[in-house]
Amino acid sequence: MKLLEYQAKQQFAAAGIPVPQGRLARTPAEAGAAARELGRVAVKAQVPVGGRGKAGGIAVVDTPEEAEREATRILAMDIGGYPVRGVWCETGLDIGAEFYLGVTLDRDRRQLAVIFSAAGGVEIEQVAEDAPEKIATLWPDPFAGPQPYEIRQMAFAALAHAPQLRADAARLAAQVVGLTEKLYSVAVSLDAVTCEINPLVLTPDGSFIAADGKLEVDENAHYRHADLAAQLATDATGDDGRTGDDAYEVEAQRRGLTYVHLDGNIGCIGNGAGLVMNTLDLVKQQGGEPADFLDVGGGASAEKVRASLEMVLLDPAVRGVFINIFGGITRGDEVARGVIAARDELHITKPLVVRMTGTREEEGRALLSAAGITPAASATEAAAKIVALTRDQS
Amino acid sequence: MSVLVDSSSRVLIQGITGREGGFHTEQMRAFGTTVVAGVSPGKGGLDANGVPIFDTVADAVAATGANVSGIFVPPPFAADAIMESAASGIPLTVCITEGIPIHDMIRARAFVERRGTRLLGPNCPGLVTPGQCKVGIIPNHINIPGPVGIVGRSGTLTYEVIQGLGQAGMGQTSSVGIGGDPVLGLSFSDVLALFADDAQTRAVVMIGEIGGSDEERGADFIRTSGFDKPVVAFISGRTAPPGKRMGHAGAIISGNTGTAQSKIDALTAAGAAIADTIEDVVRLVAGRL
Repeated sequence: MKLLEYQAKQQFAAAGIPVPQGRLARTPAEAGAAARELGRVAVKAQVPVGGRGKAGGIAVVDTPEEAEREATRILAMDIGGYPVRGVWCETGLDIGAEFYLGVTLDRDRRQLAVIFSAAGGVEIEQVAEDAPEKIATLWPDPFAGPQPYEIRQMAFAALAHAPQLRADAARLAAQVVGLTEKLYSVAVSLDAVTCEINPLVLTPDGSFIAADGKLEVDENAHYRHADLAAQLATDATGDDGRTGDDAYEVEAQRRGLTYVHLDGNIGCIGNGAGLVMNTLDLVKQQGGEPADFLDVGGGASAEKVRASLEMVLLDPAVRGVFINIFGGITRGDEVARGVIAARDELHITKPLVVRMTGTREEEGRALLSAAGITPAASATEAAAKIVALTRDQS
Repeated sequence: MSVLVDSSSRVLIQGITGREGGFHTEQMRAFGTTVVAGVSPGKGGLDANGVPIFDTVADAVAATGANVSGIFVPPPFAADAIMESAASGIPLTVCITEGIPIHDMIRARAFVERRGTRLLGPNCPGLVTPGQCKVGIIPNHINIPGPVGIVGRSGTLTYEVIQGLGQAGMGQTSSVGIGGDPVLGLSFSDVLALFADDAQTRAVVMIGEIGGSDEERGADFIRTSGFDKPVVAFISGRTAPPGKRMGHAGAIISGNTGTAQSKIDALTAAGAAIADTIEDVVRLVAGRL
């Protein structure tokens, strides 16, 4: 679950991190009203992806008329596949310097990392590549959290790359201690896998303020944040009741299926994440394009296969489906009967190719053949068959 | 010979009274695993098909001398179960549970490390030493003893490789599933180090997937440790788009990290043979034994 900028800032503000004053506007008129109230404002598209500045999704305006004009333009945009449902209008900031402060998962170390840099305002991954020495990192003890001494250490290391601020370094480092403690507490209390302020602006009068915010909550921890999820769903939903996310993925989530929508035309279903990824790889190796990733998970019940077929076929681009099941202790004839029943009940006329293993797999394959569904002994063979069958169709 | 578990392993199941825990306990026993105890708070004193149940892991260890724990408890309680196992001094904890919050796992993993015990998983199929011991959910009938060590992130792909090798007459010393989560206990390099020291293991299969850089670190280990057994590697997710979580919580390409190509390049540089399909894995292993 990714929060929008203004939602992240609400969480930051609640933890005591300074943020600019702002108003959410869903219409140009609301943006005009916000500018009338706040004066010079930045009008910022609220989408859950980066790169909106480059895409033209941010404008700084001096008058309410300009705010309305820019809001009209931005609200009509689509950024990274997400329609802009609202703009955040916030007080324009005077910028002295731009920093980066973030809490993120360090997968290699299997713990959280706090990152601070005086090279803010650009993507931190870019800084890491171009000038890694400008990034100071702290790996707090997971039980104790970041301690003031180590945050100061991190702050001084980063400030060494901002010579113009040297005279003020001790005062700034002390501020960074407070900000880091607050940001870390937001990250931990919300189960964030990413929690960052970029840029963290240092104003000419010498105080820090969060000019942007990014917050992503661990999917596995959603059950602990049901209230937040409910709030986000209300906030992010458009007039048509839909969020900006892929419609098929939203539907799959509603049906409780692990599904990723892709651009191709061969539906792919399998059991186990690695096996399904491999199924997609095989389809591509054979010259086909996968339409989705669908993992039916542990076991392979007929009901789950049926629900999965139904889901995959919602996408009209799908010309045929490849079902790849590692049976383990599952019986092949049972899987076959499940697939045949699903095909008949759902009136599927598109080609289906089933590769399965397990006890009684030969019997299963015979049943499939008799029912006009293409069986295959190996996954590679199955991939070649579905690619051939769907190519003939066009 | 084998790694991590063998016929002397005395297994305890946390969550033995749950649906999954109960079913797989019976599978493990049918395999020949010595299951000595189950833990289910509030059900101490009862038994599950003859396996005595205890309220706490400490009680179970004191009464039965359990030295491996398999965890089947639901995600909200799994990190606590891992810490309970480690705190009781059990040297190896195997966590099958999928869906544990990352922050919970960060703390549980650090906790285990501080006690000097080992954690396999979470979100893993467990491990098996054919003919001796199985902890987890790997199907029983596909495992035969032999000279190949297997270590994989994906459950079903690991089964595919076990079965493929078995059908070609090549069995395993041990097969170890490290799991598909971003925060894991044992890594590829940890398990490779165990296979390096196991005299009976003559070749190793590594089954990796997109996301993170554990495969790259495994490759570094092969290059720098003087690992002298042939390695065949298979990486899934080569056609996965960046930014999409492919089923496993850990299977996601973020920016430039975690791509299949980066893993294939690192493993090739370390001298591993790269397989494009399961059939390839079998062929490449056969050529190296």
